Amino acid sequence: MKRLRFNRFSFKGNHTVPKGTGVELTRRRLLPVAVAMLAIPFASLSLAASLDDPVFKPCAGCHEIGPGAKHKIGPHLDAILGRKAGSIDGFKYSKAMKDAGEGGLAWDEKALDEYIAKPRDFIPGNRMSYRGMEKAEARAELVKWIVEKGKAEASPADLPETIVANAAPREFADAVLAIEGDKEFGQYLGGDCVTCHQMTGHADGIPSIVGLPKEYFVRALLEYKTNVRNNEVMKLRVVNLANEEIAALAAYFSSLEPK
Amino acid sequence: MTHITRRNLGILLGAASATLAMPAYLRAQTKPRVVVIGGGAGGATAARYIAKDSEGAIDVTLIDASENFTTCFFSNLVVGGYRDMASITHNWDKLQANFGIKKITAMAKSIDPAAKTVTLADGTAVPYDRLVVSPGIDIMYDSVPGYSQEAAEIAPHAWKAGPQTELLKAKLDALTDGQNIVMIAPPNPYRCPPGPYERISMFAHVLKTKGFTNSKIFVIDPKDKFSKQALFQEGWTKHYGNMVEWMGPEVHGGVKNVDVAAGKVETDLDTFEGALLNIIPAQKAGVIARDSGLADEKGFCPIDPASMKSMKNDAIYVIGDASIAGDMPKSGFSANSQAKIAAMNIRGELTGAKVFPAKYANTCWSLIETNDGVKVGGTYEPKDGKITGVSNFVSQVGEDAALRKTTYEESIGWYAGITADMFG
Repeated sequence: MKRLRFNRFSFKGNHTVPKGTGVELTRRRLLPVAVAMLAIPFASLSLAASLDDPVFKPCAGCHEIGPGAKHKIGPHLDAILGRKAGSIDGFKYSKAMKDAGEGGLAWDEKALDEYIAKPRDFIPGNRMSYRGMEKAEARAELVKWIVEKGKAEASPADLPETIVANAAPREFADAVLAIEGDKEFGQYLGGDCVTCHQMTGHADGIPSIVGLPKEYFVRALLEYKTNVRNNEVMKLRVVNLANEEIAALAAYFSSLEPK
Repeated sequence: MTHITRRNLGILLGAASATLAMPAYLRAQTKPRVVVIGGGAGGATAARYIAKDSEGAIDVTLIDASENFTTCFFSNLVVGGYRDMASITHNWDKLQANFGIKKITAMAKSIDPAAKTVTLADGTAVPYDRLVVSPGIDIMYDSVPGYSQEAAEIAPHAWKAGPQTELLKAKLDALTDGQNIVMIAPPNPYRCPPGPYERISMFAHVLKTKGFTNSKIFVIDPKDKFSKQALFQEGWTKHYGNMVEWMGPEVHGGVKNVDVAAGKVETDLDTFEGALLNIIPAQKAGVIARDSGLADEKGFCPIDPASMKSMKNDAIYVIGDASIAGDMPKSGFSANSQAKIAAMNIRGELTGAKVFPAKYANTCWSLIETNDGVKVGGTYEPKDGKITGVSNFVSQVGEDAALRKTTYEESIGWYAGITADMFG
C-alpha cells in the first residue's frame, strides 16, 4: 500500500515540529486524522488576525490581505493602492476586470470606494459575487483599512509555507496536490458542480469556481470535508470524494478561463 | 523509409478495405444521430451535453412542442409574487446557435423502436441511433373524483408551469379576506416532493401580505407525511399563525368528490369550501413513454441505474420525472443530473468516449416566507439494482434567520446556474 509520510509541520515563522515526531498516514486514514488535527488551535498569526478583523469580514470569505496573503476566490489585496485593475499574474480575472485595467483603471481610494459600493455597476460583468456596501462611512472605514493592511510589504502570492487560519493543514492539501488530477475525470465529476456554479464564471449568489487556483480549490474542498466550512450542500458533495477525485476536480476547474 | 513486413502489410490491407467500406456507410449515415424528446431539465441538458462534449461528432435533434419553456421550479415564486413569468421562461435558441442542436417544434406522437424513428404529429418520421425520452409527467385527472382537464380551467393544478401558473396566480390575487383556499396534495410518486408545501407557503405569504386575518388554507393530503414536513410546519406556525391547516388521510378519511363550480371538496370528515381550489392529482410518465412500452404497470419507466438506459429498449434512455430513479426525487435537479449520466453513456456507445461510474445528485430549495429558505439534498449511486442514496442532509428546524436568508440566496444562484446549464 502506498504510504504518504509526513514528518514536517511547519508554521509560519519557522516554528517546526521536531523531526521524527511525524505521523505516518495512509490515504485512507488521512481524513479522520485531518479532523483530529483541526481541533489543535493554530498559532496566532498576523495574517489570521487580520482576516478576523470585523471590518474585513464582508471580504474575508474571498480575499486575503497581509503578510503571506494568497489568492482565494478573489485575488490577494496586498499593495493594492496604485495597482492596475486585473493585473496580478497568476490570478484569473474576468475579461471585464482585465479590460477595465487595460482601459486605465488603477485602484485608488476613490475607485475602491465606488467599486465596493456596487461592484456590478462599477465594472459590469466582473466576477466578484458581492452585492455592495451601501453605507458611505462603512466603505470609507473599509477602504482605509485595506490600504493600511495591504501596505506591509507586498507578499508573493504563492508563499509556500503560509498557513491560513482555520484552513485544513497544509499536509493534507499537499497529499491531494501530489496526485496528478485527471482532467477528463474532473470534467465528468464537475458536471455536478456546474448545476450551480456557472461555467462562464458568472456568480449570481453562488461563487464562481472557474479558474480557481488548484491549491485553493483543494484546500477549500478539504475544509468542507473537515467541517471548517459548513455549507450543507457542499459538505454533502465532498464527503464521499476520494483524494483522486478532489485532485481531478481541481485539475479541471483550475484549467478553465472565466468568460 | 517504410518497411513492409507481413505484419504491417495486413494492417495496411485492413485499412484499405476499411476505406473501401467507409464511403457507403458515410453516405447512408454521416454521423450518429441522437434524438431527444422533451426540452426540460432532463432533455435540454442531455441535448446540450451530448452536442457540447461530442464536439460535433454526434447529430443532436431536440423535439419539443413549444417555442418556449417555463420552468416548473421557481414557478411557486411567481405564485408568491417574488418572480414574474418572464424570469422563468426560457428558449433553446442558444443550444441551436452554440452547439448546432436542431430544434423541432412539434409534438412527438409515437416511437417506432423497430425502425428507430420518432413520429411527429404531422406524420414526419425522425430517425435516431439513440433516443432520449424526457417527457416529464402527465396529470391523471381522474385520480381525483369529480376533477377533469376541463375542471382544471376553474380549479388549476398548476403542476406544469405556464398558463396554469398564471391562472392560479390570478385566482389567488383575486381572493378577499375571509375566502378560503383548499389544496388537494398529490399521492407519491409525484414531481417535486416539497412543491405543494412551498406553494402553501406562497399562498399564505400573499394572504398575510394583504393583511388577511379571516382566510384559511386547508391542505387535504393523501399522504400521512411529506417532504421537509417539520420545517414547513414550523414555518407555517411561525409566520402565518393558524392560517394553514394540514390534514393527513387519518384526519380527512379520503376525498369523495370535488365540485369545482361550487368550490367544494367533499371528504369523509367534512366538506371544505374554497374560493380557490388547487387540485394536484396523481401523476404518471408522459404519454409517449407509456404508449411506447417504456413504462411499467404503475406508469413510470424502469431504467438501468448505471446509465439511465431504458430496461425495455436498448437504444432508448429515459430520464427525469418519467423515469423510476430509485431513491432520487422527481426534481429538475435530479433530471439535470440524470441527463449528464445518460449523455456520457450515449457518447460512450456512439463515439467510444470514456464512461465513468455513475454518480447522481439532487438538491431542492424551498421558500417558506421572505428570506426563509430551506433545503434538502442527497447523493446517489447505482447499487442493488436501483439508484440508491449514499448521503443526504436536510435543513434543521430552529435555524437562525441569517442562515435561512443565505439558503434562499443560494437557491437564486442555483436557478441561474441550472438554467445556464440547460439553455446556455
